[in-house]
Amino acid sequence: MVKLTIDGMRIRALEGATVLEAAQEMGIVIPTLCHHPGLSPYGACRVCIVEVGKGDRRSLEASCTLPVEHGQVILTNSEKVRKQRKLIVELLIASCPNSKTLQDMAANMGINRIRFRIRDRGCILCGLCVRYCKEQMKSGGIGFTGRGTTRMVATAFEVTPEECRNCGGCEWICPVCERACTAGNLIDGLCGGCQNLAPVETCPVCTGCSESVGPHGYKVY
Amino acid sequence: MPRSANKIKSQCQKVAAIVSKCGGDRDSLISILQDIQSEYRYLPEDSLREVAIQLELPLIQVYGVATFFKAFSLKPRGKHMVTVCLGTACHVRGALAMLDEVKRQLGIESGETTEDMRFTLETVNCLGACALAPIVVIDGKYHGHIGPGKVKKILKK
Repeated sequence: MVKLTIDGMRIRALEGATVLEAAQEMGIVIPTLCHHPGLSPYGACRVCIVEVGKGDRRSLEASCTLPVEHGQVILTNSEKVRKQRKLIVELLIASCPNSKTLQDMAANMGINRIRFRIRDRGCILCGLCVRYCKEQMKSGGIGFTGRGTTRMVATAFEVTPEECRNCGGCEWICPVCERACTAGNLIDGLCGGCQNLAPVETCPVCTGCSESVGPHGYKVY
Repeated sequence: MPRSANKIKSQCQKVAAIVSKCGGDRDSLISILQDIQSEYRYLPEDSLREVAIQLELPLIQVYGVATFFKAFSLKPRGKHMVTVCLGTACHVRGALAMLDEVKRQLGIESGETTEDMRFTLETVNCLGACALAPIVVIDGKYHGHIGPGKVKKILKK
């Protein structure tokens, strides 16, 4: 067992576990896009960043790929983390404004403007579909092609490969095409609809606070 | 047997020979692709399919590697590679005018190949030989201080 501190709580985690897993076990919510419990950690979206270290020596790391260590001190919701997380979600929305998952996340984080030029690429390259196809379906029909600005998810030679069983898992797991945002025009890059109309879900054990939990159980920041 | 089928069969045998020469290991995928590229000057679609079968890899993995590296081409390349540097130093010393002259001489845009399959034109962002700017590389040989006037002469060779 490894002893570490997350948000002031002294906890014990299994050796080899990631900080994200340890936090989730303690009921601490760290928002994430590219993490899925059934798939290998990938660290692509960077939304799950946390502050690691002691005193002045602090750094931001993606918690989904960060293994737990003895004596680690972790802050999952500090001022610095919140600021950087907002920036990351803004950048993701700028490349993918029609994702309801992303728009919901922005609403939860209190983002009220996207400061970057919006270029809809329809993909945030989180790799969920590629990992799902490879690891869960044992298929490997889709993958990344190209690199840099031309990197994208595709099939080889743009034909449906023999390996594809039409399971639809890649669409199901995708944070963009799973639930497309249907808002017609975006104001400052945000649709605004969910921000106002999102149903507030309650925790399994409701204490009536009504403010700490937003849609889908995310903490309201 | 029709001629095209024959061609594909010999291609498969060649690919199989290259794969076994490189040890038939998945880790040597890049060196296998390099050998195929030096054999055909590009990576034919059927050869990639054959590599995937031989190495028991999903085709997309082979395709992903082939599209990731700029050294690999999926389109047929000409006999001679003409690479024009458009880095900062070359740009300042008139690489654009020289590139226009190369395009005019060959009658192609960058990234294209002449119809007689003799030349392929490519641009790069810096070759690290800024002292020789503006620079053209033809089949791995560096030609420095090339103005638009000298282009015709070196392309003739």
